[in-house]
Amino acid sequence: MISLTINGSKVSVPVEGDTPLLWVIRDVLGMTGTKFGCGIGQCGACTVHVDGEPRRSCLTQVSDVTDNEITTIEGIGATKSGKAVQDAWADLEVVQCGYCQSGQIMSAAAIIEMIPEPTDTDIDHGMTGNICRCGTYVRIREAIKQAAKAAAGK
Amino acid sequence: MLSDKLSKHVEGDLSRRRFLQASAAVGGGLLIGWVPSAEADPDSVQPGEFAPNAFIRIDQKGKVTIVSPAAEMGQGVYTSLPMLIAEELDVGMGDVSVVPSPPSDKLYANPILGGQITGGSLSIRGFYKPLREAGAAARRMLIKAAAEKLGVDASELTTADGYVIHAKSGQKIGYGALADEAAKFPVPTTLALKDTSEFRIIGTPAKRLDGPEKVDGTAKFGIDVQIPGMKTAAIAISPVFGGSLVSVNEAAALAVPGVVQVAKLDDAVAVIADHYWAAKKGLAAAEPKFDEGRNAKLSTADVVAALEKASARDGAVGKKEGDAVGALASAATKLESTYQNPFLAHATMEPLNCTVHVTPDGCDIWVGTQVPANTQLAVSKALGLDRDSVRVHNHLIGGGFGRRLEFDFAVLAALVAKQSKDPVKVIWSREEDIQHDMYRPYYYDKISAGLDAQGKLVAWKHRIVGSSIMARFFPAAFKDGLDPDAIDGAAELPYEIPNFYLDYVREEPPGIPTAFWRGVGPTRNAFVVESFIDELAGAAKNDPVAFRLELTAGKDKRAHHVVERAAAISGWGTPLGPRKGRGIALLSAFGTYTCQVAEVTVSDSGEVHVDRVFVVVDCGQVINPNTVEAQMQSGIIFGISAALWGQITLKDGRVQQSNFDDYRVLRIDEAPKIQVEIVKSSEAPGGIGEPGTSALQPAVANAVFAATGVRVRKLPIEATALRSS
Repeated sequence: MISLTINGSKVSVPVEGDTPLLWVIRDVLGMTGTKFGCGIGQCGACTVHVDGEPRRSCLTQVSDVTDNEITTIEGIGATKSGKAVQDAWADLEVVQCGYCQSGQIMSAAAIIEMIPEPTDTDIDHGMTGNICRCGTYVRIREAIKQAAKAAAGK
Repeated sequence: MLSDKLSKHVEGDLSRRRFLQASAAVGGGLLIGWVPSAEADPDSVQPGEFAPNAFIRIDQKGKVTIVSPAAEMGQGVYTSLPMLIAEELDVGMGDVSVVPSPPSDKLYANPILGGQITGGSLSIRGFYKPLREAGAAARRMLIKAAAEKLGVDASELTTADGYVIHAKSGQKIGYGALADEAAKFPVPTTLALKDTSEFRIIGTPAKRLDGPEKVDGTAKFGIDVQIPGMKTAAIAISPVFGGSLVSVNEAAALAVPGVVQVAKLDDAVAVIADHYWAAKKGLAAAEPKFDEGRNAKLSTADVVAALEKASARDGAVGKKEGDAVGALASAATKLESTYQNPFLAHATMEPLNCTVHVTPDGCDIWVGTQVPANTQLAVSKALGLDRDSVRVHNHLIGGGFGRRLEFDFAVLAALVAKQSKDPVKVIWSREEDIQHDMYRPYYYDKISAGLDAQGKLVAWKHRIVGSSIMARFFPAAFKDGLDPDAIDGAAELPYEIPNFYLDYVREEPPGIPTAFWRGVGPTRNAFVVESFIDELAGAAKNDPVAFRLELTAGKDKRAHHVVERAAAISGWGTPLGPRKGRGIALLSAFGTYTCQVAEVTVSDSGEVHVDRVFVVVDCGQVINPNTVEAQMQSGIIFGISAALWGQITLKDGRVQQSNFDDYRVLRIDEAPKIQVEIVKSSEAPGGIGEPGTSALQPAVANAVFAATGVRVRKLPIEATALRSS
């Protein structure tokens, strides 16, 4: 059994220590908001937060994060930055197929958590690891800027 | 155009046969659906009979549920199709919810395609009238029920926001309270639809109905399905197309904790486990060996050589006007080029997956598919079951782009699940997804044209060589050797060309499965045609915009207008810096006109960056401008990935690409600024999912020429050819 803290709750899971966090979240805990996209840390669909920092859960062994706070898309709305990002996403109608969007939102929330007024370069840097095949990039950029303003209370 | 041909072929026929039908819904309420008549199919629903599958359901609480005949894969149909119904039914979009349709070609066929198929940018075009009719019929019946209830004449009643209103007496009744009564009336046979000037919902930027769930992570895609007792499988398919499974180390796989079973198929093996990671480890331990079969030595060069050889054959004539050969011979200037489009994978963000439970009475399939009815039929055949005992539960699609027009992955999952007592979710790794896609075919085009002494285009001769997807997918549409998709976007050009000859030579690549890809025929053809038009403008010493304006002036007003507007908003003709260039491309396809201007910068090492794209789109009557803009952005981004990097290559019978590290797709830091202008129009609505992709590639290729003087005749654009000397 491996113990984890996910979205503030403690859970125990009967998996091997080398199991990627992604599959623990999805297949063992049944939280399907976090997505499988590539399995090699190339697409960002599986992004979660580990102690507030974005992490590719497909490459994160579950045994490495037993002492950390893990946040997924299901829990990010409870944070100020996460809520601001989700609101901006809804307001600007960012989503299309939607499959990559959990990962996009997790990466975006981490950006505005760390950088109150992200520039285009900050956004490029923070979001380049998240692929969207529907090409929602134009609206993602706008939404991050809007969310940053909202989170800063502007 | 393909779609026009198909619609001519089937629409008149279907419109005679279609009728609206209502009956009491499960648990009370009103159900309205548009169905082909009994004459079309003896099994179809009879008038007055209970019909569980239809487009509209209004329950006794007034809740409106719309069963979407088309699948949602990002293109916005779960919003735009309900908008059509809500407009005529007079309910607010906030009171509407949407669910996927069950498998049925009878109830949910796209009228243009004649099957339950979401593709070809045809959802709005196919359902624009039938869904409005369905809404209008329901409204009429609700009014009739209210008239009876209130004892007033129906002509005194109006409707708004889910209520029938009697202004004279100040009374109003909610639709829910009328649903049971309304269901008892016959469906009106003649329906007056709103004039476009009366639209309150169509044409407005209504919010996506699937938006909130995709923002909070609760949206359920096929891969998210969880069934009690479900196991998860990882698969390995023969790396060479057409190979077969020889051996598997079953004991080693079963020794991995969590692995429960190994399922062998002719050309693949699946390891079934408690969760995907255990399945994947089990698969690695199983070390499957395959007989590579007769395609073991196949390479891309072999495929191209075969296409080149085939290009010497005469093809099936796609269009002939005037005397192209004679006019070419006497032209003052002649130009001849060869263009090539590569194999492409779809690389949807959601890897292929399908969950199947084979039960004593049939089987259940949970999947995201563009073809629920085809999937049902294919699985029923593969498992030897009655079609009706195969229950397809469709889901949101995490990217389609044509890949989920196929059912190979559902059949494979069914064959795996057949060997298990439990429901099994089969998940393809990204590597399997890329290496066992059904690919956009490699196409090889020979094209020539002639200009007269004044630089006027007088002759055009185009030969298209490649795989026929239609011959497999829509055999009825493949006639006398002509594939209407292969020539779509190459035959009916918006240009004045007096002597025109187009033919198609079918040449199938050995073993490589080919399929539709976003933009279908027009995407391949737009690259060829619009690049060549630019070559001709150069030969005529004319400007690419001016040349197109001259060619469209007397022929096609809508085309002419989008070119004018694109030139205007892009600042065409204003200077750009060194190794920067602008390129234009015009497309008339999918019932829509688009003109794009791309601005690129080419680095000294030859890397192309698309800086800005301006697009003017005339898609006739707009349903949702927000979606039109989103689809233009989407199509453009998708097209850039393909133009700059997209290609699947073969060596030793294997696909050489495997994941996003070697099948590169555009990222946010590489994305251009995009400006979209929508032409106001009340023409029939056109498709918007695909034109963006189609027009982008030649716009970029033409921009690269403007920046470097190097003409791109083969995609993807080769950086080494663009290095500064």
